[in-house]
Amino acid sequence: MANFLARRFLSSIVSVIGATIAIFILIQFHSDPRELFVPDSGYGISQEQWELLGDRMGLNDPLHMQYIHWIGNVLRGDLGVSLARDRAVTDLIKGKIGATVQLAVGGWIFAVMLGIPMGVLAAVKRGTFWDYFARGLAIVGQAAPPFVTALVAIWVFAVWLEWFPAGGRSPEFRWQEYILPCVALGWSAAASLMRLTRSSMLEVMDSEYIRLARAKGVGWNIVIYRHALRNALIAPVTSALLVFSSWLNGALVVEIVFSWPGIGYDALFRAVNDNDFPLLLGTVFIFILIYLVFATIADIAYTLIDPRVRLGSEN
Amino acid sequence: MATSDTQDEFQHVDSSTLDSPLVATKVQRSLIGHSWWFMRKYPVIPVIVLLILVVAAIIGPTIAPYERDIGPIGDRHLGMFKYSELALEDQDEPRYGAWPAGFHLLGSDHIGRDVFTRVLHGARISMQVVLVSLLIGGVVGVTLGMVSGFYGGWVDEVITRFVDIWYAMPFLMVALIVVLIFGRGLTVLLFVLALISWTGFVRVIRAQIMILKQLDYVAAARVNGASDFRIMFKHLLPGILNTAIVVGTLSTSGLILAESVLSFVGAGIQPPTPAWGVMTNEGRDYLTIAAHQVLVPSAAIFMVVISLNFLGDWLRDRLDPRLRQID
Repeated sequence: MANFLARRFLSSIVSVIGATIAIFILIQFHSDPRELFVPDSGYGISQEQWELLGDRMGLNDPLHMQYIHWIGNVLRGDLGVSLARDRAVTDLIKGKIGATVQLAVGGWIFAVMLGIPMGVLAAVKRGTFWDYFARGLAIVGQAAPPFVTALVAIWVFAVWLEWFPAGGRSPEFRWQEYILPCVALGWSAAASLMRLTRSSMLEVMDSEYIRLARAKGVGWNIVIYRHALRNALIAPVTSALLVFSSWLNGALVVEIVFSWPGIGYDALFRAVNDNDFPLLLGTVFIFILIYLVFATIADIAYTLIDPRVRLGSEN
Repeated sequence: MATSDTQDEFQHVDSSTLDSPLVATKVQRSLIGHSWWFMRKYPVIPVIVLLILVVAAIIGPTIAPYERDIGPIGDRHLGMFKYSELALEDQDEPRYGAWPAGFHLLGSDHIGRDVFTRVLHGARISMQVVLVSLLIGGVVGVTLGMVSGFYGGWVDEVITRFVDIWYAMPFLMVALIVVLIFGRGLTVLLFVLALISWTGFVRVIRAQIMILKQLDYVAAARVNGASDFRIMFKHLLPGILNTAIVVGTLSTSGLILAESVLSFVGAGIQPPTPAWGVMTNEGRDYLTIAAHQVLVPSAAIFMVVISLNFLGDWLRDRLDPRLRQID
């Protein structure tokens, strides 16, 4: 176990370094961040001021020094200062990530509550109405891009039925505002969870030990819920963990459609638009960190739940 | 255990059925029953939808009834199947006489442009973008997968590690960064989509090659003096082509989704060029008064993607059933 964890940790660090270097190099192609400080009117800034700015931002150092400097600060918990908004990147991210986490948690609850039970139902009642219903839902869910689901949800439930607001997030908690974004976010994940649960449940139900349990005279419900479900849930659970982490990064479209002040829209999208590289680098760094943490947790959960998976064997 | 199993297997069989000769009987079906059977056996509806898409992409811009990017502002937010409410001389004139004057099949958008025309143009754009990026991604992905599986060792290690890192990057984020660094435009979009599509090939092709390269015919080719390059492209490539086609079809729908999302976010095709994602984004402010402006392009994306998924699943079952377990 320790060996496995160590390998996992090491490869995660390699991934973080590789990804940040890649982004760091890409950013060099972009225009000079000092241009943000050139006022739109008047005479611009003088050469000395330009150089001074460069010194202050560390732009005059060679590239690898800039990178090492940045990594060193990151290890001390300092992601730099946002150029466009003149605030610490960590503060900006902290301020925005709450909304995104709430959205992701809501969407995740929806996806798991819909996807896994429907998948089990479809597998248990294979070939019946419920099976076709669940598979139909899954097909629809996987074929619609997130903005289509979001806009159709707004059209039906906000414009037409007027049950929920069409977007926005007020400072105090109002549950109505959460329903549509969470459903729109969770929809496609629910569909893929449903498919995954169904197929793995069918596979397990076909196995020897289930037939043995049946032959011993164990009742259907107990066979399904105590014997089959436990093994069938391995794949969906790990996949659900990864989905959650990807939402902390990728809720951008839903955030845009619902004017949700989350990290995707307010930090990533605007950082790219403003050429705000400390913010961009910080956000991306946090995203990759989140992904790797969840991927590791999923891996460990996988090996803990399923003893057949040998630790450390990667392929 | 063994005995009980075998006892289950042998059932009492009426001996008369054994005596009668085995004759293949053709199942008799009614016309409706037969067409239902046919539709379940072959992906009829998906193929029809995709054929419509291809036809629309090829001749759509020619048969489109109106101008693509301009329209009379007075005709804005016209519903589906509506005629223009303007006086005849103010109306947008159809590009050919056969089209009923002032008729908007799928309504008009927020500045009076004909939605039907724009959807037809959008079909061509989607097809172009997806086919080109798929081709680039496919060639790169298949080549890297073959190299990685064939040589193994550190080459394999580097390539798989790189693919792993690539997976760790959220696609939208990578796309946004690349698009905003290199500018917005068709070439950059193609590049971004190719960046997304290549990884899907590598793993599957690599796994296939690792099996294929151990077969005797490869050893025979090597004994005959074939170079690595020749073995890979002459002897191994035909063996993985099926897999590549299946992966390609299945990832096409993902590419269409990605293209529409990028265009929707504003990082893909730029207005006024009518990609379906752009049209959806333009229409979303008018959801209360003219929902068709969102629903028509959304439905187009949805139908194409769903058809591609069905066709891909069908192809996979036909060409490469082993892939099924991966999904």
